[in-house]
Amino acid sequence: MVAVSDASRPKSYSAHFAGLASLLIMGKIFNHAIKSVAAVLLCGQAVAADVALKMSYLRVVVPSPPTLSNLDPIPDDLGIAGARTGLRDNLTTGKFLGHGYTLTETEVAIGNDPMAAAQDLLASSPYLILDAPPPLLTAIADLPEAQGAILFNTSSGDLALRDTDCRANLLHSLPSDAMRTNALAQFFVTKRWSDLVMISGSYPEDQTYAEAMRRSLKKFGMKLSGEKVWAFDADMRRTASQEIPLFTQEFGDYDAMILADEVHDFGRYVLYNTWEARPVTGSEGLSAVTWSPVIEQWGAAQLQSRFKDANARDMTSQDYAAWAAVRTLGEAVTRTNSADPDVLRAYILSDQFELAGFKGRPLTYRPWNGQLRQPIAIIHPRALVAQAPLDGFLHQTNELDSLGLDRPESQCEAFQ
Amino acid sequence: MIDHISKSLFASAAAYLLSTPVSAGEIWVTNEKDDTVSVISTDTLEVIHTYETGERPRGITFSKDYSRVYICASDSDAVQVMDPETGKILHDLPSGEDPEQFVLHPDDTHLYIANEDDAITTVVNVETRKVVAQIDVGVEPEGMAVSPDGKIAITTSETTNMAHWIDTATQDLFANTLVDSRPRHAEFIKDGTEMWVSSEIGGTITVFDVATQSEKAKFGFEVQGVHPDRVQPVGFEFTDGDTHAFVALGPSNHLAVVNADTYEVEDYILVGRRVWHMAFNADKSLLFTTNGVSGDVTVVDVAARKALKSIKVGRFPWGAAFRP
Repeated sequence: MVAVSDASRPKSYSAHFAGLASLLIMGKIFNHAIKSVAAVLLCGQAVAADVALKMSYLRVVVPSPPTLSNLDPIPDDLGIAGARTGLRDNLTTGKFLGHGYTLTETEVAIGNDPMAAAQDLLASSPYLILDAPPPLLTAIADLPEAQGAILFNTSSGDLALRDTDCRANLLHSLPSDAMRTNALAQFFVTKRWSDLVMISGSYPEDQTYAEAMRRSLKKFGMKLSGEKVWAFDADMRRTASQEIPLFTQEFGDYDAMILADEVHDFGRYVLYNTWEARPVTGSEGLSAVTWSPVIEQWGAAQLQSRFKDANARDMTSQDYAAWAAVRTLGEAVTRTNSADPDVLRAYILSDQFELAGFKGRPLTYRPWNGQLRQPIAIIHPRALVAQAPLDGFLHQTNELDSLGLDRPESQCEAFQ
Repeated sequence: MIDHISKSLFASAAAYLLSTPVSAGEIWVTNEKDDTVSVISTDTLEVIHTYETGERPRGITFSKDYSRVYICASDSDAVQVMDPETGKILHDLPSGEDPEQFVLHPDDTHLYIANEDDAITTVVNVETRKVVAQIDVGVEPEGMAVSPDGKIAITTSETTNMAHWIDTATQDLFANTLVDSRPRHAEFIKDGTEMWVSSEIGGTITVFDVATQSEKAKFGFEVQGVHPDRVQPVGFEFTDGDTHAFVALGPSNHLAVVNADTYEVEDYILVGRRVWHMAFNADKSLLFTTNGVSGDVTVVDVAARKALKSIKVGRFPWGAAFRP
């Protein structure tokens, strides 16, 4: 319990903070500018904040594979927009407690050295939020500068990062692929869709998703009666209605078709074109996601509108993961009154930590691999269909652990 | 079994109705996703009127003489003033953006309104229809309360997880106290010496000593067969003399009955789905709870601590207020 008298605070206090916040979150700050910006911020904070938390956000740009449709461009501020919303939430809370927050943003273009950028950021702050592919996440976590730091993976659902490749300093605010595929497997069980087939794309993300799906089906006592790999190179906008029926005819009859198309290449053309009139699920159609504009319950409408007002677009799963990472740090600072990474890490992984994440339940971290436990939304593009864990999927300690790698399954040893 | 229960419930409801002297009264319920209010007779336990409101009505309260009803029409960005005799909207009050919940000051003139999207509490004079003050509070303000002497107003903020203490003489904050996650509702009791705040995601109620703004007690809930994560305290009201609190536990579909002196939970009562807010009838013998997901109102016999009846209202009933 903290009681803070506000009677003596100057009127300009909150205005000062609002100005500071907008300064911080404007634009992208590239490598060479980081140090000077940070210096300005320190001056600002010395006046206002009793506890000051510096956070960094590193985005490593990777080439995105070509897809058949250009209907859904990837926003330039994917992820970072969520971190900025989290920063504003932290600042509003912090102003009542004398806690200040800053967020330094760095983007590494294709061809530039992400490790040097990570080293720079870690030299000025141990709190680093990452949007990077899995091999880079582990490489950054293994840097000498990262030891004792708290890093967040907000971009990869790769299961190995939570399993054999886990790192004690790397937390995951984005759900693993397995959490999402377990959610769908629970839905299939509930619906008694036991005869399933799958079409997989050939990109690494598609393959890891397909593998996670196979594991989930096995875990919940189901298996695939047919599998095909998407190997077409034709432009399906012209020929989907002719190609897909034939392509799917070989499956015979089944209850539902799963698509492993995480790069969203061919999947959108499969719906309503299959030989059998059956539901399509997985990466398209009925899908399991971290976050979606169709989530409005549990107070989510407020977060959605706050995000949309600030960014003129809908909040995505990666935005949500970045928001949750920043809010995780904010919540830990609020409750511990500390900016020390050891104190914050211990608190975040403890039973005391809980994040109100607009998903109807408190969100907590799994102490065996640093994964943020969270309900998973099962949606179609127009509505929330269900929320996993579904009714009836019980667990001896926490129903949320029926999603993803449970303690006995996890081979992560770094957290022991 | 079910038949037996419904018969005995019916019998106790009938006995209750026969043994109670008739006193006209109404419970007004806002239907968040129907843009209406349902008016329930506390005598017949039936809906007697349904009136249209602005978009997404949530908070509802009456003026002291019950000649006006104030309704937060959240998505219309207005507080609407309705004539309860006719159901006609008389005028709107400026409210700031997205008013969710409010409280009427004992002076019958000042409304303290939580603006959920703006991290602001707006103070409006209902006579001049002017905004008197806007106070910066935490993210997503919701719960609102005012002390019986009118000197202190409280706003709770859902994402900042605080109770903000407002000095109503200066409209400035004089304290900010942390509570568990997602505080939803606040009430002063025991002549304004204690203030209670419910935390939905934290699953607790925090009791403050008003004189020092310090935490006096904190307690949680355990409903058999329901995972603790889903036991989420939201609205609550106190019986006569502030001896007991009836606490809505959201998606656990139960009310808790809490001894307000020992802070111990004495009973749990099964009601409708996602129970949210509530209001008593005139003599506080009956309690009416809004059940968001099941779209109904449960009538609870306060002395027997039993649900008597459920009354179908509009979609997603939210707020409730009594009118004699």
